[in-house]
Amino acid sequence: MPRVVWVLIIPFLLFFVATMIVPIVWTIVQSFFTETSGGGLGLGGTQETVFAGFSNYAKVLTSGPFWTGMGRVLLFGVVQVPLMIAFAITLALILDSFRRRFAQVFQLAYFLPYAVPGVIAALLWAYLYVPEISPIVQLLHTIGIPADFLAANTVLWSIANINIWLWTGYNMIIFIAALQAVPTEQFEAAKLDGAGEFRIAWSIKLPGIRTIIGLSVLMSIIGTIQLFNEPTIIKTVSSTIDSQYVPMMMAYHVAFGGGDTGYASAIAISIAVVAGALVYVYYTLSTGGWRRKKES
Amino acid sequence: MRSPLLKRTPFVAVLILSALYFLLPLWWLIVSATKSNSGLFNSNGFWFAEPHLWENLVNTFTASGGVFPRWVLNSILYSGVAGVVGTLLAAGAGYVLGKFTFRGKRLLFGFVLAGVLVPNVLLTIPLYYVAASVGLTNNVLAVILPSCVNPFGVFLLMVYAEASVPTELLEAARIDGAGEIRVFFTMVMKILTPALVTVLMFIFVATWTNFMLPLVMFNDPELYPVTLGLYSWQNYKGASNYDIVLTGALLSIIPLVIGFFSLQRHLRSGMAMGGLKG
Repeated sequence: MPRVVWVLIIPFLLFFVATMIVPIVWTIVQSFFTETSGGGLGLGGTQETVFAGFSNYAKVLTSGPFWTGMGRVLLFGVVQVPLMIAFAITLALILDSFRRRFAQVFQLAYFLPYAVPGVIAALLWAYLYVPEISPIVQLLHTIGIPADFLAANTVLWSIANINIWLWTGYNMIIFIAALQAVPTEQFEAAKLDGAGEFRIAWSIKLPGIRTIIGLSVLMSIIGTIQLFNEPTIIKTVSSTIDSQYVPMMMAYHVAFGGGDTGYASAIAISIAVVAGALVYVYYTLSTGGWRRKKES
Repeated sequence: MRSPLLKRTPFVAVLILSALYFLLPLWWLIVSATKSNSGLFNSNGFWFAEPHLWENLVNTFTASGGVFPRWVLNSILYSGVAGVVGTLLAAGAGYVLGKFTFRGKRLLFGFVLAGVLVPNVLLTIPLYYVAASVGLTNNVLAVILPSCVNPFGVFLLMVYAEASVPTELLEAARIDGAGEIRVFFTMVMKILTPALVTVLMFIFVATWTNFMLPLVMFNDPELYPVTLGLYSWQNYKGASNYDIVLTGALLSIIPLVIGFFSLQRHLRSGMAMGGLKG
Protein backbone atom coordinates (compact mmCIF):
# COMPACT_ATOMS: atom_id res chain seq x y z
CA MET A 1 0.00 0.00 0.00
CA PRO A 2 1.43 3.38 -0.96
CA ARG A 3 2.64 5.44 1.98
CA VAL A 4 0.93 8.51 0.58
CA VAL A 5 -2.44 6.93 1.35
CA TRP A 6 -1.67 6.93 5.04
CA VAL A 7 -0.06 10.34 5.13
CA LEU A 8 -3.06 11.94 3.46
CA ILE A 9 -5.79 10.05 5.21
CA ILE A 10 -4.55 9.83 8.78
CA PRO A 11 -5.18 13.50 9.64
CA PHE A 12 -8.80 13.21 8.54
CA LEU A 13 -9.18 9.88 10.31
CA LEU A 14 -7.85 11.30 13.58
CA PHE A 15 -10.33 14.18 13.47
CA PHE A 16 -13.14 11.88 12.41
CA VAL A 17 -12.51 9.41 15.21
CA ALA A 18 -12.10 12.13 17.84
CA THR A 19 -15.18 14.15 16.92
CA MET A 20 -17.58 11.48 15.66
CA ILE A 21 -16.71 7.94 16.70
CA VAL A 22 -15.51 8.71 20.23
CA PRO A 23 -18.48 10.95 21.15
CA ILE A 24 -20.98 8.43 19.79
CA VAL A 25 -19.40 5.44 21.55
CA TRP A 26 -18.98 7.48 24.74
CA THR A 27 -22.64 8.46 24.70
CA ILE A 28 -23.81 4.91 24.09
CA VAL A 29 -21.71 3.72 27.05
CA GLN A 30 -22.93 6.55 29.29
CA SER A 31 -26.54 5.81 28.46
CA PHE A 32 -26.19 2.56 30.43
CA PHE A 33 -24.92 4.27 33.56
CA THR A 34 -26.50 6.47 36.14
CA GLU A 35 -25.20 8.73 38.86
CA THR A 36 -26.20 8.25 42.43
CA SER A 37 -25.37 11.27 44.50
CA GLY A 38 -25.33 11.25 48.26
CA GLY A 39 -25.33 14.96 48.80
CA GLY A 40 -25.17 18.15 46.75
CA LEU A 41 -24.23 18.44 43.14
CA GLY A 42 -20.72 17.17 42.66
CA LEU A 43 -19.10 19.41 45.23
CA GLY A 44 -18.76 16.80 47.94
CA GLY A 45 -17.40 14.18 45.57
CA THR A 46 -19.87 11.65 46.88
CA GLN A 47 -21.23 10.99 43.42
CA GLU A 48 -20.98 7.45 42.19
CA THR A 49 -21.52 6.19 38.68
CA VAL A 50 -23.19 2.81 38.62
CA PHE A 51 -24.29 0.48 35.85
CA ALA A 52 -27.97 0.98 35.21
CA GLY A 53 -28.76 -1.47 32.42
CA PHE A 54 -31.62 -0.25 30.28
CA SER A 55 -33.19 1.87 33.01
CA ASN A 56 -32.35 5.17 31.28
CA TYR A 57 -33.99 3.88 28.11
CA ALA A 58 -37.02 2.72 30.08
CA LYS A 59 -37.25 6.25 31.41
CA VAL A 60 -37.16 7.63 27.87
CA LEU A 61 -39.73 5.16 26.55
CA THR A 62 -42.17 5.96 29.34
CA SER A 63 -41.56 9.70 29.27
CA GLY A 64 -44.60 11.70 28.25
CA PRO A 65 -42.68 14.78 27.06
CA PHE A 66 -40.35 12.69 24.89
CA TRP A 67 -43.17 11.18 22.89
CA THR A 68 -45.16 14.41 22.78
CA GLY A 69 -42.07 16.12 21.40
CA MET A 70 -41.41 13.27 18.98
CA GLY A 71 -45.01 13.38 17.78
CA ARG A 72 -44.63 17.12 17.31
CA VAL A 73 -41.51 16.89 15.11
CA LEU A 74 -43.07 14.05 13.12
CA LEU A 75 -46.21 16.11 12.48
CA PHE A 76 -43.96 19.03 11.65
CA GLY A 77 -41.96 16.92 9.18
CA VAL A 78 -45.01 15.35 7.54
CA VAL A 79 -46.30 18.84 6.69
CA GLN A 80 -43.14 20.92 6.29
CA VAL A 81 -40.99 18.58 4.19
CA PRO A 82 -43.56 17.89 1.42
CA LEU A 83 -44.60 21.57 1.34
CA MET A 84 -41.02 22.74 1.00
CA ILE A 85 -40.05 20.13 -1.58
CA ALA A 86 -43.19 20.81 -3.64
CA PHE A 87 -42.50 24.57 -3.48
CA ALA A 88 -38.88 24.01 -4.55
CA ILE A 89 -39.88 21.70 -7.40
CA THR A 90 -42.51 24.17 -8.62
CA LEU A 91 -40.00 27.02 -8.68
CA ALA A 92 -37.35 24.85 -10.31
CA LEU A 93 -39.70 23.67 -13.07
CA ILE A 94 -40.95 27.20 -13.79
CA LEU A 95 -37.44 28.68 -13.85
CA ASP A 96 -36.18 25.81 -15.98
CA SER A 97 -38.66 26.76 -18.69
CA PHE A 98 -37.60 30.44 -18.78
CA ARG A 99 -34.62 32.00 -20.47
CA ARG A 100 -31.49 31.72 -18.38
CA ARG A 101 -30.77 35.43 -17.83
CA PHE A 102 -34.31 36.04 -16.59
CA ALA A 103 -34.32 32.93 -14.43
CA GLN A 104 -31.03 33.71 -12.73
CA VAL A 105 -32.27 36.88 -11.04
CA PHE A 106 -35.09 34.95 -9.41
CA GLN A 107 -32.83 32.04 -8.54
CA LEU A 108 -30.57 34.38 -6.59
CA ALA A 109 -33.51 35.94 -4.75
CA TYR A 110 -34.82 32.54 -3.67
CA PHE A 111 -31.38 31.25 -2.74
CA LEU A 112 -30.46 34.32 -0.69
CA PRO A 113 -31.96 33.10 2.64
CA TYR A 114 -29.37 30.30 2.55
CA ALA A 115 -26.79 32.98 3.40
CA VAL A 116 -28.73 33.85 6.56
CA PRO A 117 -27.77 31.70 9.57
CA GLY A 118 -30.74 29.71 10.91
CA VAL A 119 -30.53 31.50 14.24
CA ILE A 120 -30.62 34.93 12.63
CA ALA A 121 -33.52 33.86 10.41
CA ALA A 122 -35.36 32.64 13.49
CA LEU A 123 -34.66 35.94 15.31
CA LEU A 124 -35.92 37.86 12.31
CA TRP A 125 -39.10 35.85 11.97
CA ALA A 126 -39.61 35.88 15.75
CA TYR A 127 -39.95 39.66 15.51
CA LEU A 128 -42.19 39.31 12.47
CA TYR A 129 -44.51 37.16 14.62
CA VAL A 130 -44.61 39.48 17.64
CA PRO A 131 -47.88 41.44 17.23
CA GLU A 132 -46.52 44.72 18.67
CA ILE A 133 -43.89 45.28 15.98
CA SER A 134 -44.79 42.92 13.15
CA PRO A 135 -46.10 44.71 10.06
CA ILE A 136 -47.51 41.39 8.86
CA VAL A 137 -49.65 40.83 11.96
CA GLN A 138 -50.73 44.48 11.88
CA LEU A 139 -51.68 44.25 8.23
CA LEU A 140 -53.71 41.10 8.82
CA HIS A 141 -55.47 42.75 11.75
CA THR A 142 -56.40 45.79 9.68
CA ILE A 143 -58.07 43.63 7.05
CA GLY A 144 -59.92 41.78 9.78
CA ILE A 145 -57.87 38.61 10.25
CA PRO A 146 -56.99 38.15 13.94
CA ALA A 147 -53.77 36.30 13.21
CA ASP A 148 -51.72 35.04 16.14
CA PHE A 149 -48.56 33.31 14.97
CA LEU A 150 -47.42 32.48 18.49
CA ALA A 151 -50.50 30.72 19.87
CA ALA A 152 -50.31 27.11 21.03
CA ASN A 153 -51.97 25.77 17.89
CA THR A 154 -50.12 27.93 15.37
CA VAL A 155 -46.57 28.27 16.66
CA LEU A 156 -45.44 24.92 15.22
CA TRP A 157 -46.44 26.10 11.75
CA SER A 158 -44.75 29.43 12.32
CA ILE A 159 -41.55 27.48 12.95
CA ALA A 160 -42.23 25.39 9.83
CA ASN A 161 -42.44 28.64 7.87
CA ILE A 162 -38.94 29.62 9.02
CA ASN A 163 -37.55 26.33 7.74
CA ILE A 164 -39.38 26.67 4.45
CA TRP A 165 -38.05 30.20 4.06
CA LEU A 166 -34.50 29.05 4.79
CA TRP A 167 -34.27 25.87 2.74
CA THR A 168 -36.62 26.09 -0.27
CA GLY A 169 -34.09 27.98 -2.36
CA TYR A 170 -31.31 25.58 -1.48
CA ASN A 171 -33.38 22.61 -2.62
CA MET A 172 -34.52 24.49 -5.70
CA ILE A 173 -30.91 25.06 -6.80
CA ILE A 174 -30.20 21.34 -6.50
CA PHE A 175 -33.32 20.53 -8.55
CA ILE A 176 -32.47 23.07 -11.24
CA ALA A 177 -29.00 21.60 -11.62
CA ALA A 178 -30.53 18.15 -11.89
CA LEU A 179 -33.08 19.33 -14.46
CA GLN A 180 -30.29 20.67 -16.65
CA ALA A 181 -28.81 17.18 -16.73
CA VAL A 182 -32.01 15.58 -18.05
CA PRO A 183 -31.34 14.79 -21.74
CA THR A 184 -33.14 17.35 -23.93
CA GLU A 185 -33.78 14.95 -26.83
CA GLN A 186 -36.61 13.55 -24.76
CA PHE A 187 -38.36 16.94 -24.62
CA GLU A 188 -37.97 17.42 -28.35
CA ALA A 189 -39.43 14.01 -29.04
CA ALA A 190 -42.31 14.64 -26.65
CA LYS A 191 -42.96 18.04 -28.19
CA LEU A 192 -43.12 16.50 -31.65
CA ASP A 193 -45.69 14.09 -30.27
CA GLY A 194 -47.74 17.12 -29.20
CA ALA A 195 -47.07 17.08 -25.45
CA GLY A 196 -47.60 20.42 -23.66
CA GLU A 197 -45.19 21.92 -21.15
CA PHE A 198 -47.17 20.60 -18.18
CA ARG A 199 -47.14 17.13 -19.66
CA ILE A 200 -43.39 17.32 -20.29
CA ALA A 201 -42.73 18.60 -16.78
CA TRP A 202 -44.85 15.90 -15.17
CA SER A 203 -43.91 12.90 -17.31
CA ILE A 204 -40.31 13.56 -18.30
CA LYS A 205 -38.66 16.21 -16.13
CA LEU A 206 -39.99 15.06 -12.74
CA PRO A 207 -39.18 11.36 -13.21
CA GLY A 208 -35.78 12.46 -14.50
CA ILE A 209 -34.84 14.04 -11.19
CA ARG A 210 -36.65 11.72 -8.75
CA THR A 211 -33.41 10.32 -7.26
CA ILE A 212 -32.31 13.80 -6.31
CA ILE A 213 -35.74 14.67 -4.94
CA GLY A 214 -35.53 11.50 -2.86
CA LEU A 215 -32.16 12.55 -1.50
CA SER A 216 -33.47 16.00 -0.57
CA VAL A 217 -36.44 14.47 1.24
CA LEU A 218 -34.06 12.18 3.12
CA MET A 219 -31.82 15.03 4.26
CA SER A 220 -34.89 17.09 5.21
CA ILE A 221 -36.28 14.25 7.35
CA ILE A 222 -32.95 14.04 9.19
CA GLY A 223 -33.04 17.82 9.63
CA THR A 224 -36.55 17.68 11.07
CA ILE A 225 -35.76 15.13 13.78
CA GLN A 226 -32.95 17.32 15.10
CA LEU A 227 -35.06 20.48 15.17
CA PHE A 228 -33.58 22.68 17.91
CA ASN A 229 -32.41 26.15 16.87
CA GLU A 230 -35.69 27.58 15.61
CA PRO A 231 -37.94 26.51 18.52
CA THR A 232 -35.24 27.62 20.97
CA ILE A 233 -35.27 31.11 19.48
CA ILE A 234 -39.06 31.31 19.14
CA LYS A 235 -39.31 30.24 22.79
CA THR A 236 -37.95 33.67 23.72
CA VAL A 237 -41.07 35.34 22.30
CA SER A 238 -43.72 32.68 22.87
CA SER A 239 -44.82 31.31 26.21
CA THR A 240 -46.45 28.33 24.47
CA ILE A 241 -43.07 26.68 23.90
CA ASP A 242 -41.70 24.92 26.96
CA SER A 243 -38.19 23.60 27.52
CA GLN A 244 -39.17 20.12 26.29
CA TYR A 245 -41.06 21.23 23.20
CA VAL A 246 -39.03 19.02 20.82
CA PRO A 247 -36.82 16.00 21.65
CA MET A 248 -33.53 17.87 21.12
CA MET A 249 -34.67 20.65 23.47
CA MET A 250 -35.55 17.97 26.00
CA ALA A 251 -32.10 16.38 25.66
CA TYR A 252 -30.50 19.80 26.11
CA HIS A 253 -32.70 20.56 29.10
CA VAL A 254 -31.92 17.23 30.78
CA ALA A 255 -28.19 17.50 30.05
CA PHE A 256 -27.68 21.11 31.14
CA GLY A 257 -30.71 21.94 33.24
CA GLY A 258 -30.73 18.73 35.29
CA GLY A 259 -27.20 17.49 34.68
CA ASP A 260 -28.42 13.91 34.28
CA THR A 261 -25.73 12.56 31.95
CA GLY A 262 -27.03 9.01 31.60
CA TYR A 263 -30.60 10.05 30.90
CA ALA A 264 -29.55 12.79 28.45
CA SER A 265 -27.35 10.27 26.62
CA ALA A 266 -30.24 7.81 26.41
CA ILE A 267 -32.47 10.56 24.96
CA ALA A 268 -29.85 11.46 22.34
CA ILE A 269 -29.38 7.82 21.34
CA SER A 270 -33.16 7.30 21.21
CA ILE A 271 -33.55 10.28 18.87
CA ALA A 272 -30.81 8.81 16.65
CA VAL A 273 -32.58 5.42 16.64
CA VAL A 274 -35.92 7.00 15.66
CA ALA A 275 -34.16 9.03 12.94
CA GLY A 276 -32.43 5.89 11.65
CA ALA A 277 -35.70 3.98 11.65
CA LEU A 278 -37.44 6.75 9.71
CA VAL A 279 -34.66 6.91 7.15
CA TYR A 280 -34.86 3.13 6.77
CA VAL A 281 -38.65 3.17 6.34
CA TYR A 282 -38.43 6.02 3.84
CA TYR A 283 -35.65 4.28 1.91
CA THR A 284 -37.52 0.97 1.73
CA LEU A 285 -40.77 2.65 0.70
CA SER A 286 -39.22 4.86 -1.95
CA THR A 287 -36.93 2.28 -3.57
CA GLY A 288 -39.76 -0.25 -3.45
CA GLY A 289 -42.06 2.25 -5.11
CA TRP A 290 -39.56 3.09 -7.81
CA ARG A 291 -38.92 -0.56 -8.58
CA ARG A 292 -42.61 -1.23 -8.99
CA LYS A 293 -42.95 1.73 -11.32
CA LYS A 294 -40.07 0.54 -13.46
CA GLU A 295 -41.54 -2.95 -13.77
CA SER A 296 -44.94 -1.74 -14.94
CA MET B 1 -39.92 27.24 -25.10
CA ARG B 2 -41.43 30.41 -26.62
CA SER B 3 -45.05 30.13 -25.62
CA PRO B 4 -47.22 33.27 -25.84
CA LEU B 5 -46.69 35.85 -23.12
CA LEU B 6 -50.26 35.55 -21.88
CA LYS B 7 -49.81 31.89 -21.13
CA ARG B 8 -46.75 32.71 -19.04
CA THR B 9 -48.36 35.40 -16.90
CA PRO B 10 -49.50 33.07 -14.09
CA PHE B 11 -45.99 31.64 -13.85
CA VAL B 12 -44.41 35.08 -13.68
CA ALA B 13 -46.91 35.95 -10.95
CA VAL B 14 -45.84 32.89 -8.97
CA LEU B 15 -42.20 33.89 -9.41
CA ILE B 16 -42.79 37.46 -8.22
CA LEU B 17 -44.91 36.46 -5.23
CA SER B 18 -42.26 33.95 -4.23
CA ALA B 19 -39.55 36.59 -4.57
CA LEU B 20 -41.55 38.84 -2.22
CA TYR B 21 -41.84 36.02 0.29
CA PHE B 22 -38.08 35.41 0.30
CA LEU B 23 -36.98 39.05 0.18
CA LEU B 24 -39.49 41.00 2.29
CA PRO B 25 -38.21 39.72 5.66
CA LEU B 26 -34.71 40.86 4.69
CA TRP B 27 -36.08 44.21 3.52
CA TRP B 28 -37.87 44.55 6.86
CA LEU B 29 -34.57 43.84 8.63
CA ILE B 30 -32.79 46.59 6.69
CA VAL B 31 -35.58 49.09 7.38
CA SER B 32 -35.82 48.14 11.05
CA ALA B 33 -32.10 48.53 11.62
CA THR B 34 -32.58 52.25 10.93
CA LYS B 35 -35.25 52.71 13.60
CA SER B 36 -35.22 53.39 17.30
CA ASN B 37 -37.03 51.05 19.69
CA SER B 38 -40.05 53.31 19.79
CA GLY B 39 -39.92 53.83 16.02
CA LEU B 40 -40.26 50.08 15.59
CA PHE B 41 -43.58 50.20 17.40
CA ASN B 42 -44.98 53.38 15.88
CA SER B 43 -44.17 53.31 12.20
CA ASN B 44 -44.93 51.33 9.08
CA GLY B 45 -42.70 48.28 9.33
CA PHE B 46 -41.89 48.11 5.64
CA TRP B 47 -40.79 51.70 5.26
CA PHE B 48 -38.23 54.04 6.83
CA ALA B 49 -39.31 56.43 9.58
CA GLU B 50 -36.85 58.55 11.52
CA PRO B 51 -33.17 58.07 10.71
CA HIS B 52 -31.68 56.32 13.70
CA LEU B 53 -29.10 54.07 12.06
CA TRP B 54 -26.05 55.81 13.47
CA GLU B 55 -27.35 55.63 17.07
CA ASN B 56 -28.20 51.97 16.53
CA LEU B 57 -24.70 51.24 15.28
CA VAL B 58 -23.18 53.03 18.25
CA ASN B 59 -25.47 51.17 20.65
CA THR B 60 -24.70 47.83 19.01
CA PHE B 61 -20.96 48.36 19.23
CA THR B 62 -21.01 49.62 22.82
CA ALA B 63 -23.66 47.39 24.45
CA SER B 64 -22.47 44.80 27.00
CA GLY B 65 -19.08 46.44 27.25
CA GLY B 66 -18.54 46.62 23.50
CA VAL B 67 -18.50 42.86 22.99
CA PHE B 68 -20.21 42.82 19.57
CA PRO B 69 -17.13 43.33 17.34
CA ARG B 70 -15.46 40.60 19.36
CA TRP B 71 -18.33 38.22 18.47
CA VAL B 72 -17.95 38.99 14.78
CA LEU B 73 -14.20 38.40 14.94
CA ASN B 74 -14.82 35.13 16.78
CA SER B 75 -17.18 33.99 14.03
CA ILE B 76 -14.60 34.87 11.39
CA LEU B 77 -11.85 33.09 13.33
CA TYR B 78 -13.82 29.89 13.98
CA SER B 79 -15.26 29.68 10.46
CA GLY B 80 -11.98 30.62 8.78
CA VAL B 81 -9.79 28.17 10.68
CA ALA B 82 -12.34 25.36 10.42
CA GLY B 83 -12.79 26.12 6.72
CA VAL B 84 -9.08 25.96 5.86
CA VAL B 85 -8.18 23.00 8.08
CA GLY B 86 -11.35 21.13 7.19
CA THR B 87 -10.79 21.61 3.46
CA LEU B 88 -7.22 20.32 3.71
CA LEU B 89 -8.37 17.27 5.66
CA ALA B 90 -11.15 16.59 3.18
CA ALA B 91 -8.82 17.09 0.20
CA GLY B 92 -6.37 14.46 1.46
CA ALA B 93 -9.07 11.96 2.29
CA GLY B 94 -11.11 12.66 -0.85
CA TYR B 95 -8.12 12.38 -3.19
CA VAL B 96 -6.98 9.11 -1.66
CA LEU B 97 -10.49 7.63 -1.77
CA GLY B 98 -10.96 8.77 -5.34
CA LYS B 99 -7.62 7.78 -6.89
CA PHE B 100 -6.17 4.87 -4.89
CA THR B 101 -7.16 1.32 -4.11
CA PHE B 102 -6.12 0.04 -0.72
CA ARG B 103 -7.25 -2.31 2.00
CA GLY B 104 -10.02 -0.87 4.13
CA LYS B 105 -11.14 1.56 1.44
CA ARG B 106 -14.70 0.28 1.44
CA LEU B 107 -14.89 0.50 5.21
CA LEU B 108 -13.56 4.05 5.16
CA PHE B 109 -16.02 5.04 2.46
CA GLY B 110 -18.81 3.54 4.57
CA PHE B 111 -17.72 5.68 7.51
CA VAL B 112 -17.68 8.81 5.40
CA LEU B 113 -21.15 8.09 4.05
CA ALA B 114 -22.49 7.35 7.54
CA GLY B 115 -20.87 10.60 8.66
CA VAL B 116 -22.86 12.51 6.03
CA LEU B 117 -26.06 11.13 7.50
CA VAL B 118 -25.30 11.68 11.20
CA PRO B 119 -27.22 14.77 12.27
CA ASN B 120 -24.92 17.54 13.47
CA VAL B 121 -27.19 18.73 16.22
CA LEU B 122 -27.49 15.22 17.58
CA LEU B 123 -23.70 15.03 17.94
CA THR B 124 -23.55 18.19 20.01
CA ILE B 125 -24.35 16.76 23.43
CA PRO B 126 -21.98 13.78 22.92
CA LEU B 127 -19.28 16.26 21.85
CA TYR B 128 -19.90 18.26 24.99
CA TYR B 129 -19.35 15.20 27.20
CA VAL B 130 -16.08 14.37 25.45
CA ALA B 131 -14.90 17.99 25.63
CA ALA B 132 -15.81 18.14 29.31
CA SER B 133 -13.86 14.99 30.07
CA VAL B 134 -10.69 16.36 28.47
CA GLY B 135 -11.17 19.83 29.93
CA LEU B 136 -11.84 21.59 26.63
CA THR B 137 -15.16 23.27 27.42
CA ASN B 138 -15.07 27.03 27.29
CA ASN B 139 -12.13 26.67 24.89
CA VAL B 140 -12.26 27.73 21.23
CA LEU B 141 -10.92 24.33 20.18
CA ALA B 142 -14.15 22.73 21.41
CA VAL B 143 -15.97 24.50 18.57
CA ILE B 144 -13.21 24.62 15.96
CA LEU B 145 -12.07 20.98 16.02
CA PRO B 146 -15.48 19.36 15.41
CA SER B 147 -16.25 21.96 12.72
CA CYS B 148 -13.19 20.79 10.72
CA VAL B 149 -14.77 17.40 10.07
CA ASN B 150 -16.97 17.48 7.00
CA PRO B 151 -17.76 14.05 5.54
CA PHE B 152 -19.82 15.63 2.78
CA GLY B 153 -16.75 17.58 1.70
CA VAL B 154 -14.74 14.35 1.55
CA PHE B 155 -17.45 12.79 -0.57
CA LEU B 156 -17.56 15.77 -2.91
CA LEU B 157 -13.78 15.90 -3.35
CA MET B 158 -13.64 12.17 -3.88
CA VAL B 159 -16.13 12.42 -6.72
CA TYR B 160 -14.30 15.41 -8.16
CA ALA B 161 -10.84 13.83 -7.91
CA GLU B 162 -12.09 10.63 -9.50
CA ALA B 163 -13.43 12.54 -12.48
CA SER B 164 -10.82 15.24 -12.99
CA VAL B 165 -7.38 14.09 -11.82
CA PRO B 166 -5.92 12.14 -14.78
CA THR B 167 -4.24 8.90 -13.70
CA GLU B 168 -1.67 9.28 -16.51
CA LEU B 169 -0.56 12.58 -15.03
CA LEU B 170 0.10 10.96 -11.67
CA GLU B 171 2.03 8.16 -13.37
CA ALA B 172 4.10 10.58 -15.40
CA ALA B 173 4.96 12.52 -12.26
CA ARG B 174 5.97 9.32 -10.51
CA ILE B 175 8.25 8.31 -13.40
CA ASP B 176 9.82 11.76 -13.19
CA GLY B 177 10.58 10.94 -9.59
CA ALA B 178 8.30 13.46 -7.94
CA GLY B 179 7.29 12.35 -4.46
CA GLU B 180 3.65 11.43 -3.98
CA ILE B 181 3.14 14.06 -1.31
CA ARG B 182 4.64 16.72 -3.54
CA VAL B 183 2.43 15.60 -6.42
CA PHE B 184 -0.54 16.06 -4.14
CA PHE B 185 0.38 19.52 -2.93
CA THR B 186 1.58 20.91 -6.26
CA MET B 187 -0.49 19.25 -8.97
CA VAL B 188 -3.54 17.62 -7.43
CA MET B 189 -4.49 20.57 -5.24
CA LYS B 190 -4.37 22.81 -8.30
CA ILE B 191 -6.70 20.56 -10.27
CA LEU B 192 -9.06 20.27 -7.31
CA THR B 193 -9.25 24.05 -6.75
CA PRO B 194 -12.86 24.64 -7.90
CA ALA B 195 -14.11 21.87 -5.64
CA LEU B 196 -11.86 23.02 -2.80
CA VAL B 197 -13.44 26.48 -2.92
CA THR B 198 -16.87 24.88 -2.71
CA VAL B 199 -15.94 22.73 0.27
CA LEU B 200 -14.26 25.67 2.00
CA MET B 201 -17.46 27.66 1.62
CA PHE B 202 -19.63 24.83 2.87
CA ILE B 203 -17.54 24.44 6.02
CA PHE B 204 -17.32 28.21 6.52
CA VAL B 205 -21.09 28.64 6.28
CA ALA B 206 -21.80 25.57 8.43
CA THR B 207 -19.48 26.86 11.16
CA TRP B 208 -20.77 30.43 10.95
CA THR B 209 -24.39 29.26 11.26
CA ASN B 210 -23.76 26.70 14.00
CA PHE B 211 -25.59 27.65 17.16
CA MET B 212 -25.97 24.68 19.46
CA LEU B 213 -22.30 23.70 19.60
CA PRO B 214 -21.08 27.09 20.90
CA LEU B 215 -24.20 27.25 23.08
CA VAL B 216 -23.20 24.13 25.00
CA MET B 217 -19.42 24.66 24.91
CA PHE B 218 -19.02 28.30 25.95
CA ASN B 219 -19.82 30.03 29.23
CA ASP B 220 -17.74 33.10 28.59
CA PRO B 221 -19.56 35.67 26.41
CA GLU B 222 -16.16 36.81 25.13
CA LEU B 223 -15.91 33.51 23.23
CA TYR B 224 -19.38 33.63 21.65
CA PRO B 225 -19.74 33.68 17.89
CA VAL B 226 -22.14 36.34 16.64
CA THR B 227 -25.14 33.98 16.32
CA LEU B 228 -24.95 32.97 19.98
CA GLY B 229 -24.18 36.52 21.07
CA LEU B 230 -27.30 37.94 19.44
CA TYR B 231 -29.37 35.17 20.95
CA SER B 232 -28.01 36.03 24.38
CA TRP B 233 -29.02 39.67 23.88
CA GLN B 234 -32.47 38.74 22.73
CA ASN B 235 -32.91 36.19 25.49
CA TYR B 236 -31.69 38.04 28.56
CA LYS B 237 -32.35 41.68 27.99
CA GLY B 238 -36.06 41.58 27.41
CA ALA B 239 -37.97 43.72 24.97
CA SER B 240 -36.00 46.94 25.30
CA ASN B 241 -33.21 45.89 22.99
CA TYR B 242 -34.87 45.30 19.64
CA ASP B 243 -32.60 47.95 18.15
CA ILE B 244 -29.28 46.28 18.94
CA VAL B 245 -30.49 42.77 18.12
CA LEU B 246 -31.82 43.85 14.73
CA THR B 247 -28.86 46.05 13.85
CA GLY B 248 -26.48 43.32 15.00
CA ALA B 249 -28.39 40.74 12.94
CA LEU B 250 -28.12 42.91 9.84
CA LEU B 251 -24.40 43.53 10.38
CA SER B 252 -23.75 39.84 10.96
CA ILE B 253 -25.27 38.72 7.67
CA ILE B 254 -23.63 41.40 5.50
CA PRO B 255 -20.29 39.52 5.17
CA LEU B 256 -22.15 36.30 4.40
CA VAL B 257 -24.36 37.93 1.78
CA ILE B 258 -21.36 39.55 0.09
CA GLY B 259 -19.51 36.23 0.07
CA PHE B 260 -22.64 34.56 -1.17
CA PHE B 261 -23.06 36.90 -4.13
CA SER B 262 -19.43 36.76 -5.17
CA LEU B 263 -19.12 33.00 -4.83
CA GLN B 264 -22.62 31.74 -5.64
CA ARG B 265 -21.46 30.20 -8.92
CA HIS B 266 -19.06 27.94 -7.01
CA LEU B 267 -21.65 27.20 -4.41
CA ARG B 268 -24.20 26.17 -6.99
CA SER B 269 -21.84 24.00 -8.98
CA GLY B 270 -20.72 22.31 -5.79
CA MET B 271 -24.27 21.59 -4.77
CA ALA B 272 -25.03 20.28 -8.22
CA MET B 273 -22.04 17.93 -8.05
CA GLY B 274 -23.04 16.61 -4.65
CA GLY B 275 -26.67 16.27 -5.58
CA LEU B 276 -26.12 14.62 -8.92
CA LYS B 277 -23.69 12.03 -7.73
CA GLY B 278 -25.67 11.20 -4.64
